[in-house]
Amino acid sequence: MNRILSKWLPAYAFLYIVFLYLPVIFLPIFSVNTSAVPTLPLSGLTLKWYEELPHTPALLDAAWNSLIVGVAASILSTVLGICAARAITRYRFPGRTAINGLIMAPLVLPEIIVAISMLLVILQMGLSLSLFTVVLGHILICIPYSVTVLTSGFESFDRSLEEASADLGESAFGTFRRVTLPMVAPAIISSLLVSFTISLDEFIMAFFLAGTEATLPVYIWGQLRFAAKLPGVLALGTLLLLGSFILVSIAEVLRRRAARRAQTTGVAVA
Amino acid sequence: MTAAAEGVLPARARRGHRKALLQSEQAKGFALISPTFLYTLVLLVVPILVVIAHSFWSQDYLTIDRTFTLQQYRIALTEPIYRDLLMRSLVVSLLVSFFTVVLAYPIAFYISFHGGRHKGLWLFLITIPFWTSYLLRVMSWKVILGYNGVLNSGLMGLGIIDEPSTALLYNTTAVVITLTHAWAAFAVLPIFVSLEKVDRTLIEAATDLGDGPVRRFLRVTLPLSLPGVISAILIVMIPTVGDFVTPKLVGGKDGVMIANAIQAQFGKASNWPLGAALSVSTMIVVTAMAAAIVLIIRWASRLAR
Repeated sequence: MNRILSKWLPAYAFLYIVFLYLPVIFLPIFSVNTSAVPTLPLSGLTLKWYEELPHTPALLDAAWNSLIVGVAASILSTVLGICAARAITRYRFPGRTAINGLIMAPLVLPEIIVAISMLLVILQMGLSLSLFTVVLGHILICIPYSVTVLTSGFESFDRSLEEASADLGESAFGTFRRVTLPMVAPAIISSLLVSFTISLDEFIMAFFLAGTEATLPVYIWGQLRFAAKLPGVLALGTLLLLGSFILVSIAEVLRRRAARRAQTTGVAVA
Repeated sequence: MTAAAEGVLPARARRGHRKALLQSEQAKGFALISPTFLYTLVLLVVPILVVIAHSFWSQDYLTIDRTFTLQQYRIALTEPIYRDLLMRSLVVSLLVSFFTVVLAYPIAFYISFHGGRHKGLWLFLITIPFWTSYLLRVMSWKVILGYNGVLNSGLMGLGIIDEPSTALLYNTTAVVITLTHAWAAFAVLPIFVSLEKVDRTLIEAATDLGDGPVRRFLRVTLPLSLPGVISAILIVMIPTVGDFVTPKLVGGKDGVMIANAIQAQFGKASNWPLGAALSVSTMIVVTAMAAAIVLIIRWASRLAR
């Protein structure tokens, strides 16, 4: 049994990774195909679909909109995430578990229901749909991820350092700025990157809340109706994939470095 | 006498001071979390209450009639079209959560027990595809399963089929495959976390007491990792029931799900109360189904022991 397991599990793991990556691999492959129809074997190699991208005004607008929304949503969700993660890891107070559960709820709710509820309230209040309403929605979606990343960052560092700083006469704010903040900076940057990536790829909230200003996923959705536009979408998708991959890799490296640093300082203190 | 009184007073003062400190600690914690809490309250809880309110109202051409009525629920739950869509959505989310969890368990097991130094790298490898645009991942499945798609041309190239099969795309199977792929990382992570928490000495103890690998797995590892399995099921099942992108892109006519109907009510059809009633019914039914499954799993695991 053990021998069978140790023989088959790695093979299964390999197949599973292939299953996960298979669809993703076809984006770059067909984005350099000369034919607009995605069939194998490729009819020829070309970069023309990439060259067309900067000459599509609607795409550039959408990219700019996505950038604004992503930056705003990631900063605000990280700020709100810092408040929540700090409160959860540092203080005990009544309703802590319930509030934490509520903050994490968007993670397990169908996104369409979150989106249409916000849509109803926004329209009832007489607000018009704009990039601002998309930012509001994206913050809600990003908060659970920010809180998760930040909580693990805040948990792994040594409380006695803060106490030492307080004993040496620093004010609460001074301690936070000069001791806590530098220690949790990697977690904060990783939260910013993760929420930016989520906002960049998020479609459902943006679809309902964007009004006439499209973000990149909304633009892509519009293009998917036209078969002839597919290669351009695949080229754009490949670039987005690369961008997300770089951002997430940086976030992961930072997270690991922070974890390792917290471990070594812990050893040094002990 | 005075000495005793002096001894009592500071103690009481200290206790009062400690209580005040505790209260202020509590107050500080609450104050710190309140911005995030209020944000979620105003933009999630209040809107959901508004949706629930709408589900008891009705649409009167362009205005909303705010007299209490159960009319919308009657339509949502008895009209054959909505009933079928809801049933299909439940079946799809059930199948998707089943397949994601069954496929994810071995890989989570492998990483946790045989990952060695590379656990972090494995997990990172599994989460990367999840960071690519969701729309494009669905689109890639369309490219793979389509009439002229990769799978068809591959099978024809190998001489297994003579002409492209149309059975691959635009049906419920395509929706299930695409969603199973999309939610894989969400199933691997919670199962991995709970497998990491399994006390390895318990497994050694089971071995020492004569349990073989299969019995050891069924009686120690699997039951102890059930919390991860349950949260994986919930994390996958509840959100998939509300997906409308996958059905629209790869589902075709037979793959339409309840979220497409909800989207139509808030878009073209513009009947908010009916859309609200459909949303609320979907949430209640899927939550009930998830709760039932959790209970069944718990009951089965108790029975197995």
